[in-house]
Amino acid sequence: MTAIAEPALSDRTATLADRLRSAVGTERVLTDRTQVRTYECDGLANFKVTPAIVVLAESRQHVVDTVRLCSEAGVPFVARGSGTGLSGGALPSADGVLLVLSRLRRLSPVDADNRQVTVEPGVINLWVTRDAAPHDLAYAPDPSSQLVCSIGGNVAENAGGAHCLKYGFTVNHVLGAEVVLPDDEVVHLGGRAPEHPGYDLLGAFIGSEGTLGVATELTLRLIRVPEAVQTMLVGYHSVEDAAGTVSDIIAAGIVPAAVEMMDALAIQAAEAAVSCGYPEGAVAVLVIELDGPQVEVEAQFRQVEEIARARNAFETRIAADDAERALMWKGRKSAFAAVGRISPSYFVQDGVIPRTKLPEVLAEIDRMADEKGLRVANVFHAGDGNLHPLVLFDDAVEGQAHEAEELAGAILELCVTSGGSITGEHGVGSEKRMKMAKQFTPEDLDTMQLLRCAFDPAGIANPGKVFPTPRLCGERPGVRKGEHPVQAAGLGEVF
Amino acid sequence: MTAATDTRRAGGPDDAVSGVVPREVVRPATVDQVAEVLRAAAADGRTVVPVGGRSKLTWAAAPESCDLLLDLTGLDRVVEHVAGDLTVVAEAGVRLADLQAQVGRAGQLLGLDPPEDGATLGGVVSANASGPRRLRYGTTRDLLIGITVVLADGTVAHAGGKVVKNVAGYDLGKLFTGAHGTLGAVVSTTWRLHPVPPARRVVTLELPDAAAAGPLSIALARSTLTPSAVELIGRADGSARLVVLFESIAESVAGQARSAVALLGGGEESEDLPEDFGRRPGGADDVLLRLAYAPAALSSALGALPAGTAVAAHAATGVSYAAVPAGEAVDALPRLRAAIAPHDGTAVVLRAPDAVRDRLDHWGPVGDSLDLMRRVKERFDPERRMSPGRFVGGL
Repeated sequence: MTAIAEPALSDRTATLADRLRSAVGTERVLTDRTQVRTYECDGLANFKVTPAIVVLAESRQHVVDTVRLCSEAGVPFVARGSGTGLSGGALPSADGVLLVLSRLRRLSPVDADNRQVTVEPGVINLWVTRDAAPHDLAYAPDPSSQLVCSIGGNVAENAGGAHCLKYGFTVNHVLGAEVVLPDDEVVHLGGRAPEHPGYDLLGAFIGSEGTLGVATELTLRLIRVPEAVQTMLVGYHSVEDAAGTVSDIIAAGIVPAAVEMMDALAIQAAEAAVSCGYPEGAVAVLVIELDGPQVEVEAQFRQVEEIARARNAFETRIAADDAERALMWKGRKSAFAAVGRISPSYFVQDGVIPRTKLPEVLAEIDRMADEKGLRVANVFHAGDGNLHPLVLFDDAVEGQAHEAEELAGAILELCVTSGGSITGEHGVGSEKRMKMAKQFTPEDLDTMQLLRCAFDPAGIANPGKVFPTPRLCGERPGVRKGEHPVQAAGLGEVF
Repeated sequence: MTAATDTRRAGGPDDAVSGVVPREVVRPATVDQVAEVLRAAAADGRTVVPVGGRSKLTWAAAPESCDLLLDLTGLDRVVEHVAGDLTVVAEAGVRLADLQAQVGRAGQLLGLDPPEDGATLGGVVSANASGPRRLRYGTTRDLLIGITVVLADGTVAHAGGKVVKNVAGYDLGKLFTGAHGTLGAVVSTTWRLHPVPPARRVVTLELPDAAAAGPLSIALARSTLTPSAVELIGRADGSARLVVLFESIAESVAGQARSAVALLGGGEESEDLPEDFGRRPGGADDVLLRLAYAPAALSSALGALPAGTAVAAHAATGVSYAAVPAGEAVDALPRLRAAIAPHDGTAVVLRAPDAVRDRLDHWGPVGDSLDLMRRVKERFDPERRMSPGRFVGGL
C-alpha cells in the first residue's frame, strides 16, 4: 500500500491502532493517510479534519471493542453513518477514531402486527420503507437524502423530512435503541413496548448528535400506508401569496402531510438540474400533499384549491398518478444539489421560524442579501416554518465566501430573534455550535451538560460538537452558583 | 418578606403524598419565586416534592422524606397562544381543562386527554399521563416542544423552543416527562396544538369475551381507517365493549364508521361517546395498574390478569389500565409481570389501598439502563433532595 507523506501517528494513537487491529481485525482498521482522508468530512464539505484512525465496524462487538479501547486510551471517537449530515456532526477528531457504522446493515423481518421493525444503524432510510411496503406499512421520516442516509445518522440528528408536518420526526418513530455508552457499557433504552418505567433516556438520546453514545440497533415504528395520497403543485406571482396560502390552510383546520415552498431562484435551479416542469414564470411554488382516507383527502383537496385560488395562485396542477407526483417531488428533493447548477458554491442553512412570521422573515432575508450583494435561494418546509436558505457565492471571488458565511449566520440569528431556532433538522454539529449561545442561556447549556456528563463523563463521544464551550464534567459554572474556585477550575471533584 | 415566603404554611394530613405529610407547604406564583424557594431549600438541605393538581400523587412511590411540598398551582398563566402557529406557552400550574377551554375557542386542542380531574400541565408532563386519543396524537413526548424547569439548586433552565421543528441542543423536555419531580420542578411548558375535528362518529361492539379485542384491534390498526381511539372497556376475563372513535370531517367519519362495522363484523353506530369512555377502571378498593406491552399482545395481557379485573385498554397502542381486586394484587402483580415480559411488557402501580401499598413493588424491573438513570439523577440532583425515593430503583 502506498502512503503519501504520512505524518507518524503519536505513540498513544499507534498503540491504540494496534490494539484495535487485534480486537476487530486488521482489515477493519485504517491508518493510511490516503485511505483515512476519504472520511475527512460529511455532507458539510467546508469543514475537514483527517482522522487518525478509521474503524469499519461490522458488528455490535466491533463497536463495543472500539469504544472500550478508546475509553481506556482516553481517545475521542466519532460515529459516522452514511456521512450525509449537513452540520459537520460526523466531522472526525484529528487525534481520534472515526467509527464507521455503514456496514451494520441488517434488518430483522417486519413485525406487521406490531407495526415495528428492528434494524442496525447502517441501514439506509429508504430500505425500511422498502421492506415494510409489502405489509402496507411505511417508515414516516423521509429526509431528502433518504436514498443514501442511514437510520443511525437519522437518530443522531433527529432527522425530519417533508412529511414531518403531519407525522413528526425521527424521535416520534423510534421505539427502542441498543446503545453502547462511551464507557463501553451496553444499555437498552425503550423497547418494543411504550411507557417503559424510568426516565425517557431514549427521547434524550435521539438528536444528541453522537455525543451520548453509539446506537447499535434500533426498533422503528411503522405507519399504515394511507388509503389515498394527493399532491398538487401551485404557482404564484408573489412569495407573500404562497406564504398566505400556507397560513390559510392551517387556519382552516387542515393538517397536510407536507407543504413545501420554493422561490424563483430555487425553481430556476431545479429546472436546470432535473427539468421538473414547474409553472413558467412562477415567483414561488408550493408542493402540497394530503393523505388519509379517500373521502377526507378529496374534500380537503377541494378546500385547499379554493384557498390557493383566493390567494391568487395562477396555476394549480394535480398529480394524476405516482409518476407525476414523483416529478413534483423530484424538483423539491433535488433542490440543494441543483443550486450547484446556478452557483459555484453555496451554504445551506436550516433555521426555523414560527410559521406566521414567514412573509416578514423572507422579506428581511431578501433585504440582507441585497445589502451584501449576494443571492439567496429559498427552499423550505413551509408547513412547519423550517427554512433552508441557500446562500450562493463564488469562492473564486476574494472574500465572497466570508461574506456568504456572515450572511448565513445573520439569517440564523434572525430566526432566533423571530422566536425560532438555529436548526430544524440538520443539527448543530460543528457548524452552528457557536450559535447555541444565541438561542440558549449559559444556565440552559450547563443544564444540558449535566446529561452529557451522566452519559459521557470523560467527554470522548464526538467532542467539540453541539456546545460552544466544552466543559469538563468535574467543572462547575462557579460564578453563577458560588462554588469554590478550585471546583470551578475543574481541579476538585464536586459530586 | 417576598411573596413566595408569604404563602408558606405548615403541612397537614390533606397535603400527604402517599402517606407522607410534608412539614411545610409553599405556593409560589412566579418562576423566580420557585427558583428562590429551591435555592433556600438547597441552602438548608431540605427535601422537596413538587406537586400540581395532586390528581396523580400515588402514581409514583411514596417519598422517603418531604420537608417542603412545592405547590405549583400558583403558576397559572397561559403565557402565549398563537393560533396561526398552533402553539401555546402555559405555566405548569394551568389546569389542562382550562387550557383546552381557552385554545378551544380558537378551534384548537392539545392532543392529551387523561381523565384525572384537576390535572395541571406540569403534573401531566411529570406523570406522563395520557388517555384514549394517544392513538392519534401521541403522548407528551410527541406534543411538548419546549420546557422551563427549575433544578434542585434553583437554576432556571429552558430547552426546546416555541417552534414545532427544532433540534438545537438536548431535549430536556423528554427527560423531565414522566420523571415525577425527581430531576427538578417543571414550571412552564410549550405545546404543539391540533385543530378540533368538526365531526365525530362512534362504533360500539359488544364482545362476550374481551380477549377477542386483540385480533380486532390489530385488524383496525392494519386497515386504512384512522380512528382517534380504540377503547376496550369491561372485564379482562369476561364481557367488554370495544369503542372505536372517529373524528374528522362529516363525510369521512360517516364512511369510516360504516367501514369499521364491516371490518369488525358488527357494531352500533352513534354520535355520542359512552360515559365511561377514557375513565380509569375500578374504584378505591382496587389496585390500579398501568400495563404496557407490544401492541399486538393485548389478548395475552388480558389473559394474564386475575379474575374479576376491570380494564380500560387503549387497544391499538399497547397500553392498558387494570383495576385488580386488592386481595389478589400482591400475588398477582409478580405473575402478571412475568407473563407479559416476553412482550416487553411492564406493569406500574398507579394507586393502591393503604393496606397493600407497601407490599407492592411500585415500578417493577427497569432493565439494564437503571445505572445510567442513577447517574442522570446524581448529576441533576446530587444531594438527592427532589422527590427522593419516588422513582424507579429508589431514585
